[in-house]
Amino acid sequence: MEILKLAIAEHPFGKNLEPRFLKMLAGGAAHVSFKQDQHIFREGEECDFTFLINSGSVAVDIYSPTKGAITIQTLSDGEVLGWSWLVPPFRKHFDARALEVVHAISIKGQYLRDLCEQDHDFGYELLKRFIGVVANRLQKTRLQLIDIYGDN
Amino acid sequence: MIPQLYSVRQIKQETHDTFTLELDPKDGTKTPSFEAGQFNMLYVFGVGEVPISISSDPTAPKYLMHTTREVGIVTKAMRKLKRGDMIGVRGPYGTHWPIEESAGSDIVIVAGGIGLAPLKPALCHLVARRENYGRVVLLYGTRSPNDILFQKELKQWRADFDLEVYVTVDRAIGSWRGNVGVVTTLIPKAPFDPLSSVALICGPEVMMRYTVQELVRRGVNHGKIHISMERNMKCGIGFCGHCQMEASFVCKDGPVFTYGALENIFGKREV
Amino acid sequence: MATSAKAASGPALIARENLQAVLDALTAKGYQPIGPSVRDGAIVYDEINSADDLPAGWTDEMSGGTYRLKRSGGSALFGYVIGPQSWKKYLHPPVIRLWKSHRTDCTFTISKNAEESPKLAFIGVRACELAAISVLDHVFLHGKFVDPIYRARRENILIIAVNCGQAATTCFCKSMKTGPRCVKGYDLALTELAEDGRHDFLAETGTPRGADILAAIPHKHATETDRESAARAWANADAQVTRTLDTTNIKELLLGNLEHPRWDQTAGRCLTCANCTMVCPTCFCTNIEDVTDLGGKNAERWRKWDSCFTLDFSYIFGGHVRQSAMSRYRQWMTHKLASWIDQFDCSGCVGCGRCITWCPVGIDITEEARAIRETDRSQKENADGNP
Repeated sequence: MEILKLAIAEHPFGKNLEPRFLKMLAGGAAHVSFKQDQHIFREGEECDFTFLINSGSVAVDIYSPTKGAITIQTLSDGEVLGWSWLVPPFRKHFDARALEVVHAISIKGQYLRDLCEQDHDFGYELLKRFIGVVANRLQKTRLQLIDIYGDN
Repeated sequence: MIPQLYSVRQIKQETHDTFTLELDPKDGTKTPSFEAGQFNMLYVFGVGEVPISISSDPTAPKYLMHTTREVGIVTKAMRKLKRGDMIGVRGPYGTHWPIEESAGSDIVIVAGGIGLAPLKPALCHLVARRENYGRVVLLYGTRSPNDILFQKELKQWRADFDLEVYVTVDRAIGSWRGNVGVVTTLIPKAPFDPLSSVALICGPEVMMRYTVQELVRRGVNHGKIHISMERNMKCGIGFCGHCQMEASFVCKDGPVFTYGALENIFGKREV
Repeated sequence: MATSAKAASGPALIARENLQAVLDALTAKGYQPIGPSVRDGAIVYDEINSADDLPAGWTDEMSGGTYRLKRSGGSALFGYVIGPQSWKKYLHPPVIRLWKSHRTDCTFTISKNAEESPKLAFIGVRACELAAISVLDHVFLHGKFVDPIYRARRENILIIAVNCGQAATTCFCKSMKTGPRCVKGYDLALTELAEDGRHDFLAETGTPRGADILAAIPHKHATETDRESAARAWANADAQVTRTLDTTNIKELLLGNLEHPRWDQTAGRCLTCANCTMVCPTCFCTNIEDVTDLGGKNAERWRKWDSCFTLDFSYIFGGHVRQSAMSRYRQWMTHKLASWIDQFDCSGCVGCGRCITWCPVGIDITEEARAIRETDRSQKENADGNP
C-alpha cells in the first residue's frame, strides 16, 4: 500500500496530490506488467481499469478488417492509458497493445467511481486531472486530423 | 540576378515523393560556401525558378545538395533531370540557423515532414563539431513510416554521434513499432535543459506554432527558439515584395527568425 | 544624381519663351526630356520634344474615385496637379527582361540583358514625387542588396522639379511632410509665374548639374517682385492642401489594430483591382515570369509590376496566405504607412493622393487611418470579455 502510494505520487498524474487522495487511489491500485505484443485491453471490452504507465510504450489501435491494426497514437512512461471508466457504459473504445514490456499501475474503475460519489473533493480533483488528459489527447488528435504533411 | 550554371551529378529518390538533387558548378570551380538554413533559387530551363533550402554539409561542401518534394511544375521538372543536365542556381540567400553561436548549449531540433531537409546542414554541423555542444535532441514528426527522410543518416547520427533521435508518425499500419502522434507530443519528455537550450524548428507553419507553444511551456526563452518561415519568393533579395511579413522580407530577413522577433504576428491570420 | 547642394546665387528667372531653350540644352547634353502631356483624357508623362508638347491651359479636378481634365482658361503649362502616372515607370519599368537563355543539347547559356539606361530629364516633378523617388532610392539602393536596373537608370536621371501653384482635394503632402514646396532632390526647381499678364519661371538650382543647364540658357536674376510672385504661388498651393493624415505613432496604431473590424468594412468596398498599387509612386512589388519560345530552345525571364492585391501574390504550396480582400487591403495599407518605416526608415506614403483618385470606389487612405485612430483598440482592456 505504501509502495503504491509512493509510486502514484512519483507518476506525473499523481504530482502534488494530497496524501489523503494518494491513499484513496492506492486502495484500488495494483502493479501490473504486460509482455511485448500483449493486448492490455481490446475495443468493446469492459476492462474497468485505468493505467498509469511507468515504463514501456503502448499502441492505441483501431482494428480494420482490411488494414489490420491502425495505430492512432502511442503512449509511454508518465502518461495515462484509459479513461473509459469515467463515461458510461464504461467500455473500451480502442485496442491497447504493449509495444514492449510495459510496467504500470492499474486502478479499478468501479472503485474510483464509488469514491468520487462519496467524496466530491476527491472526485473533483480526479476529474480535473482526467480532463487534462482528455483535453491533451483531443488537441493532439485535432492536429493529426488536419494531415499537416499531406498534399492538401 | 543571373543564375550560375550547375550540372546534375545525381538525383536520388529519398521517399516516394521526395528526392535529393546533387549539383556541381559547371565551370569546375569549388562549390561556394553557405550557412546551414540558407536557400538557393533553382532554375529549370524553360520551366521556372523556385527557392529550395540547401541540404548538404556546410562544414565539408563537396557538392551542392537540395532535398525537396515533388509538388509543383518546377520540382516535377527537376525530378526528371538526368546526370549531366544543367540547372541555374542563384544564392545562397537568407539567414541561417545559429549553430556556431550556440556552442555550449543543448540543442533541440524539431522537424516536421520535409522540414527536416533545411535542418540537415545544421545536424551535419552539430555532428562534425559534436564536442562543442551539450545534449543534441532531434524530434522528427512525419506522416507515416514511409515518409521518413534520411533514414540512413538518422541511424548514423543516433549510433555514432550521441544524438538523441525521436521519430513519430501521424499514422501507422503494420510493423511500425515507433511513436504515433504529432511531433509536439515528444516535447514534454525530451531530454534537454530548457534554460540552456537553443531550439531550431522547421515544418508546416501550424506544426511550428504548436511546437513553439510546447517549448515555451517547458521554459525555453522566446529568443532562443528559431523558426524557418515559408512565403512566396520570386527574387530572393527583398525586391519583389512577395514574401513580406510585416517588417520583414522572409527571403533576406529570414527564412530563419527567432520566435521572439515574430511573436506579435506569428500565427496571426493572413499576415 | 540630384543632391541638395544649393548654388550660391539666388533664384533666376526664365521667360516662358525660353523654355524651349531648356529643352534644347537638355537635348544638347544628351538627355531625352520627359514631361507632362495630354493623352487619353489625362496628364501623362511622355517624351517632350517641344515646349508645345506641354499641357498649356489644362488643369485637373480630383476627388475620391474621380479625375477630370478640363480647360483652365489660362495658359499655364503646369497648371494641373498630378496625373495617374508617376516617374517610377521610368526608374522601375513596368515590364523588363532580365535575361535571355539559349539551350543547346544538354546545356544552356544565360546572357545578361544589354541594359540600356537612357539619359532622361524629368520635367515637372512635383514635391511629392521627389519624395517618392527618394523612397524608391531607399528601397533599391540603400539596403543589403542593390537593384542594378534601378541604379543604372537612377544615375542617368536629371530632375527639373516644378513647384505646385495649386493643390487637389486629394492632396495630403503636408501631413506626410513631402510638400507642396520642393526643397531637395532636384537639379533645378521651377515655379511657374503666370499671372497679371506675365509668364515666367522662377528657377532654383539644387545641384551643379542644374546650374549647368541654367547657365546654358537665357535667364536673369529674379527680382524681389518675382520672388514674391513665386511665394504667392507656393502659399496658394499650401492653402489648398486641406486633406490630412495624422501620422503620430502611425506604425504602432496600425500594427496594434490588425484585427480591427474596420478592415472588414473597407474590404466590403474594395474590388482588389490593384489600381492603388499601380498608381502609387512607391509601390515596387514585381513578379517574375519565365517564358520560352514554341521550339523550347530559347527562354527569357521578365520582371513585371505586381500587386499585393492579387490572390496569387501570396501563394505558397498548399494555398494562399492572404485569401481575403480584408487581408490584402490591410497588407497594402499597413505596409505603406507602418511596416515600411521599419524596413526603409521612411514612410511608404508621400501624400500624392493618387490611390484616392484612382480607386474605382473611392477608398481613401486618410479616412481609413482616421477611422482606425478614432476607434483605436490596441490599448484597450477587455475587462468585460467583449472583444
